[in-house]
Amino acid sequence: MINPFLFWVVALLTVPPALSLLFAKKAVHIAMSIVLVMVGLATAYVGLDAPFLGVVQIVVYTGAVMMLFVFVLMLVGVDQREDLKESIKGQRWIALFAAGGLGIFLISIIARVTLPVSSSPVSGDPDVIAGVLFSKYVLVMEVLGALLITAAIGALVMTHMPQLRPRHTQKEISASRVKVGADPVNRPMPGYYARHNALDIPALDPQGNPIPDSVSRVLEVRDQTQDGAEFRAQLEDAAGSSLPTPPASAPDSVVDTSKPDSSEGKGE
Amino acid sequence: MLDLSWLLIAVPLASAFVLLLAGKRANSWGHWMGVAASASAFLVGLIAFLQMIGRPADDRAINVHLFEWIPGGEMHLDAGLLVDPLSLTFVLLITFVGTLIHIYSVAYMEDDANRRIFFAYLNLFVAAMLLLVLADSFLLLFVGWEGVGLASYLLIGFWNFKPEYATAAKKAFVVNRIGDIGLIIAMGLMFAAFGNLDFDTVFGGVSGASEATLTGIGLMLLLAACGKSAQFPLQSWLGDAMAGPTPVSALIHAATMVTAGVYLIVRSAAIFNGAPDARVVVACVGAFTLILGAVIGMAKDDIKKALAASTMSQIGYMMLAAGLGPIGYAFAIFHLVTHGFFKAGMFLGAGSVMHGMNDRVNMRRFGALRAAMVVTWVTFGFGWLAILGIPPFSGYFSKDKIIEAAFVGEGWQPWVFGFSALIGAGLTAFYMSRLFFMTFHGKARWEDDQHPHESKLMMTVPMIILAVGSAFLGVILASGDRFVDWLEPVTGHAEHGEPVLPVTGLIGSTLFLVAIGVFVAWRKYGAADVPIEPPPASLITIAARNDMFQDSVNRAVFQRPGQHLTRTLVYADAAVVDGAANGTAAGIAKTGEVTRKMQTGQVRGYAATMLVGLVILVIIVVQGGL
Amino acid sequence: MDPINFVYLAAILFAIGSAAVLTRRNAIVAFMGVELMLNAANLALVSFSRIHGEVDGQVMAFFVMVVAAAEVVVGLAIIIAVFRTRQSISLDEPAELRG
Repeated sequence: MINPFLFWVVALLTVPPALSLLFAKKAVHIAMSIVLVMVGLATAYVGLDAPFLGVVQIVVYTGAVMMLFVFVLMLVGVDQREDLKESIKGQRWIALFAAGGLGIFLISIIARVTLPVSSSPVSGDPDVIAGVLFSKYVLVMEVLGALLITAAIGALVMTHMPQLRPRHTQKEISASRVKVGADPVNRPMPGYYARHNALDIPALDPQGNPIPDSVSRVLEVRDQTQDGAEFRAQLEDAAGSSLPTPPASAPDSVVDTSKPDSSEGKGE
Repeated sequence: MLDLSWLLIAVPLASAFVLLLAGKRANSWGHWMGVAASASAFLVGLIAFLQMIGRPADDRAINVHLFEWIPGGEMHLDAGLLVDPLSLTFVLLITFVGTLIHIYSVAYMEDDANRRIFFAYLNLFVAAMLLLVLADSFLLLFVGWEGVGLASYLLIGFWNFKPEYATAAKKAFVVNRIGDIGLIIAMGLMFAAFGNLDFDTVFGGVSGASEATLTGIGLMLLLAACGKSAQFPLQSWLGDAMAGPTPVSALIHAATMVTAGVYLIVRSAAIFNGAPDARVVVACVGAFTLILGAVIGMAKDDIKKALAASTMSQIGYMMLAAGLGPIGYAFAIFHLVTHGFFKAGMFLGAGSVMHGMNDRVNMRRFGALRAAMVVTWVTFGFGWLAILGIPPFSGYFSKDKIIEAAFVGEGWQPWVFGFSALIGAGLTAFYMSRLFFMTFHGKARWEDDQHPHESKLMMTVPMIILAVGSAFLGVILASGDRFVDWLEPVTGHAEHGEPVLPVTGLIGSTLFLVAIGVFVAWRKYGAADVPIEPPPASLITIAARNDMFQDSVNRAVFQRPGQHLTRTLVYADAAVVDGAANGTAAGIAKTGEVTRKMQTGQVRGYAATMLVGLVILVIIVVQGGL
Repeated sequence: MDPINFVYLAAILFAIGSAAVLTRRNAIVAFMGVELMLNAANLALVSFSRIHGEVDGQVMAFFVMVVAAAEVVVGLAIIIAVFRTRQSISLDEPAELRG
């Protein structure tokens, strides 16, 4: 017989996380909850004398399917917020009655039947499963194999993006850059004080002026740039005036002048 | 030669086709070809007749098998000809009178641009009429029946550039169709009762059929005969049919086609012998029509329409005789033959008069033509005497026999039929004398530009021949009951019954009534002046001038209700039938409009529907214990 | 304890999954609801397998997993394809089938 403790563990492990499907806002949270549900179900399988299926459940669902879900979630934009306000009139009530009714109806039916539990359970070990799978259900298995291959090819076909425009060669790219007057060469690397992680500090030109283009645009947007004044002061203290002194206006022009608020905040 | 009887039909038919298809290049010789076709048919008929006379009396019915026509399962019908005394009589009448009228037409239609087509139609008519009388089954007879109807239609409307002539043709056609329905129904009844339509099977099966069936068939045949022979109540077309060229009126609407109804009834003698009730109806129709036609004839001023009314009346005599049964069949055919001669002769005379009077037909503007057209006057006179029944002219022998036979019988019938025939004879004498005197005697009441003259030789010769026939045919055929004996194999032997009144008295009273009629007519129209405008007259005269308001009656009784019925049907068709169809379509479209809204395009909506349906299904399956 | 209790559990999970499919507009979340329903069915299959002492139910659950895997692959591919053209994974967005 089944250990009641096992049942309650499984019930607690599956039903509350499953309810997150209805009430949680973020899709990632839901995905993680479902992973929990899958693990719970795997536990149940093991408890129900189906150890092979339990392992497969873990591998296939938690390991593959749910990770695929999360992967796709990341791909399509994890922060796509879902508006929980219902847009179809009456849909929520229909859903409540249909799903609730179905659940109640199923439970009432299950309550009405009494099935004698087999006293000699067959443990679903891999060799037993394999024995049935490759004898009784071999044709079904073959067909399912074909289905899997078809599904894989279908997914490939559906996600394939056709090349609509001709591919640009490197020569064409450089020619177009010259034409619009952009820098013909790579932009300068950031960093002046190499002893630090200096990606957030702009490089200096030969006159000692900072070059804004040398800092990643992303860092500027996130207000994570710094100016080099602090470190320069430390260096000047250590080495006297052996280093070339940048002009006084340098701290102000460290950051992009298009972001006056950020430059002010950092300048103090 | 009897085996070659099919030539009778084939030659005129081929000629008709050649004339119709040859086009204008046949204009110069086409009419002679038509005459030749008709004459050769007559020649074939004559030879057949001579051969037939040489055979014993009980072996005078020859079946000529033509071809397998309708090889059906239950109904196997071959096309064949039946050459017997009755059909040969008709063949001779049709081809002889037909040939004369062909010759007459050559001159009469000389100025008509479409003379070739006219002869084609005439030949077509001859062929169809011969097919009608020679057919050995009702179905083949029906083919000829329709053929003469077609020819009649084409020839009445020959001058169809005049709308009223075209309308007259259409009227004749439509009224004839009503009769045709009768024939079709009769054939259907025959097929149901006897299983086939050839004369042998039908007449052979009569003894095994119930009287009700035979009466039904007989009445339907009578309807057909009424349509074709212009008998009451389908008489209205004959007067208007005079719109056709006069030779057509002479051939088709006096001598031959209109008598086809009489032929049909005599041919179906076996059926009518088994259905006395139907026969009485036939006799009643004949008696009524003979009076009706005579009354109409008394009031008509149009020479051709007066003759047409006379034709109606005379065919009434024939129908009366045919309705009398075995004693009357032979007399009906006898009168038919003599009538064919004298009436055709008079029509040709009328045509000759019209030819001389610039195609005018109003007798009130004729008069005193005797001097201008001597030959016409004499030949017409012969016909006049013949129709009056003055001995020894032919009408005397045929008509008096009918009057005599009408008085034979029991109960009310001899009195009604007999006196109808007797009074009809007096009326006939009056209106024919009126016609004759108004046209040829009295003072000239011609219009200014009239220069009456005798017609050409080619027109007068046929008239002379027909006049001779009118004069002597009766004597020749009646002497020694020659004609009756000749027809006996077909009509059957009849015991001469004793009339309810003495025969001599009947002959005497007939002649007396005729004399009174002639005398009154002479007083009124011969000796006295005839007013140019029709004088005011009694109600019955006005009614007669208007053909007894037959068109108004038809309009009120048949046309109006028919139109209303049709409109109702059209409305019902539009509202009910179309309404059902369109309503179904509209209903489906409306349902689509409504249910379309259910298709929101919302995937989750579909999912909800699916789940609800699934739940319901599961509930049904589980609770149903399936 | 009677293994039939796991069937009750499966019914509850199935109802929750179906409700999720009906109410959630995020295609991926609705899809997860479908997965939950499939798993509920699997749980029922395995429970019955235990009750009857036969291994066939487990094999069927195995097949369901295979089919579900195939379905996930294709379904997610569809979601990606739709997202590419519409920049959205809302189920209410594609409503061209509206009558």
